[in-house]
Amino acid sequence: MSQVSSVPKPRRNVELALLLLALAVGIGANMLVGVDQEKAFDSDFWFQSSLLAVAALVFHGVLRFRAKYADPVILPIVVALNGLGLAMIHRLDAPGEDTGNNQLRWTLIAMAVAIAVVFFLKDHRILRRFTYISLAASALLLILPLVPGISAGEILGARVWIRFGPMTFQPGEVAKITLAIFFAGYLSSNRDLILLAGRKIGPMQFPRFKDMGPMITAWLVSIGVLIFQRDLGSSVLFFGLFIVMIYVATSRISWVVIGLALILGGGFVAAQVFSHVQQRVYGWLNAFSPDVYENGSRQVIEGLFGMANGGLVGTGLGQGRPDLVPFANSDMIIASLGEELGLIGLFAVVLLYLLFFTRGFRAALGTRDAFGKLLACGLSFAVALQCFVVIGGVTRLIPLTGLTTPFLAAGGSSLLANWIIVGLLLMISHVARGPVDTTPLPPTGTAAATGIDTPTEAVKQA
Amino acid sequence: MNQAVRHAWVAAVAMFALLFGAISFVQVVGADDLKTNPLNQRAILQNYCNDRGAIIVGGTPVAESVETTSETCKFQRTYPQPELYAGITGYFSKNYGATGLEQTMGAELAGNSDQLFLDRVGQLFLGNQPKGASVELTLDPQIQQLVYNLIPDGQRGSIVVSNPKTGAILAMVSKPSYNPNLIATQDPKAESANINELVKVPGINLNQNVSGPTGELLAPGSVFKLVDTAAALASGKYNKDSVLPNPAEMPFDGIQYKLPNYAGGNCYTRDTAGFAFALQQSCNTPFASIALDLGRDAIAAQYKKFGFGEDVGDQLKLGHAEGNSFPDNLDAPGLAQSAIGQKDVRVTPLQVNMMTNAIANGGAQMAPSLIKALRSPDLRVINEPQPAQLRTSTTPEIAKQITEWMTSVVTDGIAKGAAVPGVQVAGKTGTAELGNGTNNSWFTGFAPADNPKVSVTIVMEGVDIYAGAKLTSPNAKKIFEAVLNK
Repeated sequence: MSQVSSVPKPRRNVELALLLLALAVGIGANMLVGVDQEKAFDSDFWFQSSLLAVAALVFHGVLRFRAKYADPVILPIVVALNGLGLAMIHRLDAPGEDTGNNQLRWTLIAMAVAIAVVFFLKDHRILRRFTYISLAASALLLILPLVPGISAGEILGARVWIRFGPMTFQPGEVAKITLAIFFAGYLSSNRDLILLAGRKIGPMQFPRFKDMGPMITAWLVSIGVLIFQRDLGSSVLFFGLFIVMIYVATSRISWVVIGLALILGGGFVAAQVFSHVQQRVYGWLNAFSPDVYENGSRQVIEGLFGMANGGLVGTGLGQGRPDLVPFANSDMIIASLGEELGLIGLFAVVLLYLLFFTRGFRAALGTRDAFGKLLACGLSFAVALQCFVVIGGVTRLIPLTGLTTPFLAAGGSSLLANWIIVGLLLMISHVARGPVDTTPLPPTGTAAATGIDTPTEAVKQA
Repeated sequence: MNQAVRHAWVAAVAMFALLFGAISFVQVVGADDLKTNPLNQRAILQNYCNDRGAIIVGGTPVAESVETTSETCKFQRTYPQPELYAGITGYFSKNYGATGLEQTMGAELAGNSDQLFLDRVGQLFLGNQPKGASVELTLDPQIQQLVYNLIPDGQRGSIVVSNPKTGAILAMVSKPSYNPNLIATQDPKAESANINELVKVPGINLNQNVSGPTGELLAPGSVFKLVDTAAALASGKYNKDSVLPNPAEMPFDGIQYKLPNYAGGNCYTRDTAGFAFALQQSCNTPFASIALDLGRDAIAAQYKKFGFGEDVGDQLKLGHAEGNSFPDNLDAPGLAQSAIGQKDVRVTPLQVNMMTNAIANGGAQMAPSLIKALRSPDLRVINEPQPAQLRTSTTPEIAKQITEWMTSVVTDGIAKGAAVPGVQVAGKTGTAELGNGTNNSWFTGFAPADNPKVSVTIVMEGVDIYAGAKLTSPNAKKIFEAVLNK
């Protein structure tokens, strides 16, 4: 286990410098998108830029005295992404549309919640107490969109929204966090059982059936989301999240094998049985045939045309025609950025995501408790997987599914959920990078139950 | 546990590596294919209002962008002689895309082609309005006008005139034509109303990609006998003195059907015939017997060597137009019928013209060409395509022999109407029965026979024999005279 041997450094000034750079990127982009449309420096521009800057600096201030060892790179990356998203959404607003300001509203709410997470959650290990509450919360969140009265019904073929008055919300976005908390709690408590009990068949050690419980639950949840909510993306996300976490908990590749087998099996059956999955796959493979284009693949094809139009260096912000792509500011915002920023700009954006999740994994490596490791790892991987599913869908690497691009795409639930992840990762990294906690352990329970990962890793291959 | 965290990170990075690959593929490797995809309207929308290059025939624009007073759209695409050149230029519409050269030369006309890269950089620094390259065509405006007038209004037909030695197209026309200005209008309501009217007109070639001289697939009839003749001579089983069976009807074992000889000429006067007589009178049974003797594959191979079944439209930059391949799985009557250009054999007028050119040019088939030069906005020539041989269709000896027989078709046979005083003309007629009492009437030929300067292919669709005879050979004569007297 890597231990920070040198004296920990807070690096808050580094964060401030990077944050100013990130704000320059976001605000500069917001300025450029307007230049060509004669709406540079309009009231929206000043409003959005100044509020984003204030919120980012407040967040930075809170970190200074509440989590001063937190990773200094995470917040600037996210501010840069969120700022770019705001700029592009502002740019895509037709006259009279207000998606840009709506996104700003949600950004501020999401940042406030993330600040609250940092402020009130002194130690992420507290979350472990909520293992089974998180399970219940996840189940509730996933069922909500199906409950009459709260459900917003089927929007664009998926039942994943709920409605409060004029607002819609996608509870599944938050469910990925609660599920990660549950998995982290369950696995950190039961990893020994899963590792040691069970039968060995050939080189593979298979777990006992009753320890398979959460895996089967996860599988059923994913399938349930796929069937009842018609949400292919989320089911892939939940399942991938679980496989990674159980792999990290057990270090057994057999789990990945079992998990992938279940995915392939489930995917194969889904492709045979569910017409919406069939349509996605067919539309993906035959996207360019004109009848498919008319009835489904138009969105992704127009996105590809836009990205091709951008080429290597892009048309320049505000100078392309990303508005020709349906859902240019949400599902297809990657194509919009690809068109106007080109391959170079889009690579930069994707690299920001890569840096972001890498810092998350770094926090997982650095933190000393199994729960924190699993949580940081799970959340980071979830963000990476979500990016893969979305960007892979937009570039036609895989079939397009309905997930949002974290921090960039228009949509409040996604912003909120992903900013909460930022708050959690910042806290875990604060513990990971900070001085070793020398406060005495609570008296009750075994080491595993307290969440401190005592050096039991010797139990690798029993 | 940390090792597993690192592995998980490696898995995530691997996914991202795939993403970088996918993005590179879309934005760089596959970008050109995406940009030219027919579903892609971006290129048009982006430069719809720009100053697009002109399409020029004989120094005069036949498609050009003119300045408008509109604030939102500063240039309007116009076609000064719309019907005459519609089949070549196509149209450039905001909502219906582009067809013809407007589509296939779109990058050059818009100034986006690689050859114009430096001009584009210049425009970037000087802040000039973007301006596209001009495309100069090989067409001769006088011949084009003459040929257009030779197809009577209301008659469906196509004429291709070209130079056999270079492959350059001198005139190319299909009727009925249409007015591309009606579709290029900036008034979206008029645009859709007009296009809805035009698509109702039977035989109209709104989309050069599917019809027109390069695209419409027609039964060739007796013109196809030139393929049989070349195949026969190439096989070595026949020579110029071969005697072919020429019964009035050809029976087949076990069925009622008999392939009849052509009723129009003097075939009935002989039971056997040499190639010269069979071609002059366009007798059917001698060629059916050649095909049955040589077999389907020999005919199909020669058919392919003449360029049939190949993509000709693209060579003219006029879009996709493959001919049918020679039919497969033929029984004896089917092969006999195919050998006289009936049944499922389909060709385009341009392909027949290219076959004629190959015979005229000693067996060397030149690539057909429509573009003489590409000029940058400052009139500098940036590209001047040179004549290029496309394939070898037959040997010089066979070509010379067929030319000799084709000359006798005009002097002594049923294409006398094409004769030009003082010039040796080589020709072949064709009559493809459409089954409803009307025919597609063909003429293809070249002149002078010993030193070909021009070839002419005419097809009139849905005519009776007498109307066809009047509209093909005599018109060919007029075209030969017009070109040779220039």
